[in-house]
Amino acid sequence: MARTRPRVAIVGAGPAGAFAAASVLRARGDAEVDLFERLPTPWGLLRGGVAPDHQEIKRLEDLFDRQTLRRGCRFLGNVEVGVDVSHAELMEHYTAVIYATGAQTDKSLRIPGEDLSGSWAATEFVAWYNGHPDYRGLEFDLSATRAVVVGNGNVAADVTRILTLSARELERTDVADHALDALRESRIEEVVVLGRRGPAQAAFTSAELRELGRLDGVDVRVDPADVELDAVSQRWLAEEGTFTARKNVELLREFAARPAGDAPRRIALRFLRSPVEIRGAASVEAIDVRRNEIVRADDGALRARPLDEAVETIECGLVLRSVGYQAVPLPDVPFDERRFVLPNERGRVLTADGTPLPGVYAVGWIKRGPTGILGTNKRDADETVSCLVEDLAAGTPAQPPQPGRDRIDALLAERKPDLVTVEGWRAIDGHELRRGRSEQRPRVKLASRDELLDAAGATAARPAAARS
Amino acid sequence: MTYVIAGSCIKDDSCIEVCPVDCIHPKPGAPDFDAAEQLYIDPEVCIDCDACVEACPIDAIFADFQLPEKYDYALDLNREFFAELGTADRTAG
Repeated sequence: MARTRPRVAIVGAGPAGAFAAASVLRARGDAEVDLFERLPTPWGLLRGGVAPDHQEIKRLEDLFDRQTLRRGCRFLGNVEVGVDVSHAELMEHYTAVIYATGAQTDKSLRIPGEDLSGSWAATEFVAWYNGHPDYRGLEFDLSATRAVVVGNGNVAADVTRILTLSARELERTDVADHALDALRESRIEEVVVLGRRGPAQAAFTSAELRELGRLDGVDVRVDPADVELDAVSQRWLAEEGTFTARKNVELLREFAARPAGDAPRRIALRFLRSPVEIRGAASVEAIDVRRNEIVRADDGALRARPLDEAVETIECGLVLRSVGYQAVPLPDVPFDERRFVLPNERGRVLTADGTPLPGVYAVGWIKRGPTGILGTNKRDADETVSCLVEDLAAGTPAQPPQPGRDRIDALLAERKPDLVTVEGWRAIDGHELRRGRSEQRPRVKLASRDELLDAAGATAARPAAARS
Repeated sequence: MTYVIAGSCIKDDSCIEVCPVDCIHPKPGAPDFDAAEQLYIDPEVCIDCDACVEACPIDAIFADFQLPEKYDYALDLNREFFAELGTADRTAG
């Protein structure tokens, strides 16, 4: 008996979705794979998250393109699953649905003043400077001389670099034009980066940390007292510390030993400091911080504990909060409210009683939480897809009620006349790259939905009333 | 000479799959894999075949004499990773 071709919908065209599409095509060459994406452009955080001065990483888009769109996987952009088309509808048209929707919100600090004007999630700033169309209208006030970044991970390092790089360096990147204009006028001279825990526990990679100490026109400052490790951290570093943690401490000690410079901009890395309140009359004027000490919790983890009641006030006009991502529930799909993931076993999404929900899978951050780096998604996708392939061989999930691709195409044509397919994306890509070449930049991004849809040729099909 | 992995590594393990002498670590499944911020090439074992260079999707691997200035520290870092690993192995053994 001839096998029926499985039809697979992947929801979210970020790195996890792209690796999953590639993995399905490798494992089941006969599969018909459709990659759904809320934005008119694919590759998620590779386009909208990875910092513009890290262009080398963006080369991964060539691999994604080669292994997915150039192998017959379809791009269905500008379609939001859960809004334009429901989960139940996908299940009628596809043998399997793989969710790759990532972690779309930020964790909050839960302190007073967090909602003041001038206090932002770092990811909002990232989406803005990377030309995410939903964030184009944000206005960051860069008129004060000091900004504070809360958090010690790589997003914190990215936003710190973007705030301190010179306009000359930014001009060589694909930073969004509206951000470039605003950053050119920036009066920020100092970025204070606050770590809740100590130098040994900072979540930076040593590569990102080293980079902060090598920026042109930027001094990096670390208080020597901050890099004298407490006994708990010293012991942890010697006995359990990772190679990266040891490198970070080494780098921070080297930064602390540098003589004070007179560069036009400064990065001050402060440790064992927790923000307790963001203050200001109408907008951010200062952030209050308290000192912490490191203690070993019962579960063995090293935690920050307030040392005393003393409060230090740091004046600033901008606060970027970068203490982690969190996923949001998806309509009509189970959600683990404690771990903020789709409940799953090796990528098979589970119902409340712990049994697999036939035909529904998860990959990437919505599966494992916001951990790991880009390449982590490759192995993660292979794990999910191996479950899918096993299930297909076993006959679960069954073929969907709707027999062919033409039915979902008819539905999408009716609901989304401004659908962006691979041809539309290639038109956007070509347009952006051509503009980039003429300005000696890697790419000049179109940063509004209308511009993107116009370039994709999708607007002509849109009813006039739907245009904003 | 040896090849060297630079700090832009995304831990896609394409290089590990093609390395004929198994000199790229940590490998998926190894205890230190998840915590590693990048993969490293053991300069003592690398045979300069350049298979990994071809396989890397983001061109993060360079010949030691062609390392861009921004990654000038990377050869020492790769070497040091294996020196530490050697110490740990001896301690464990």
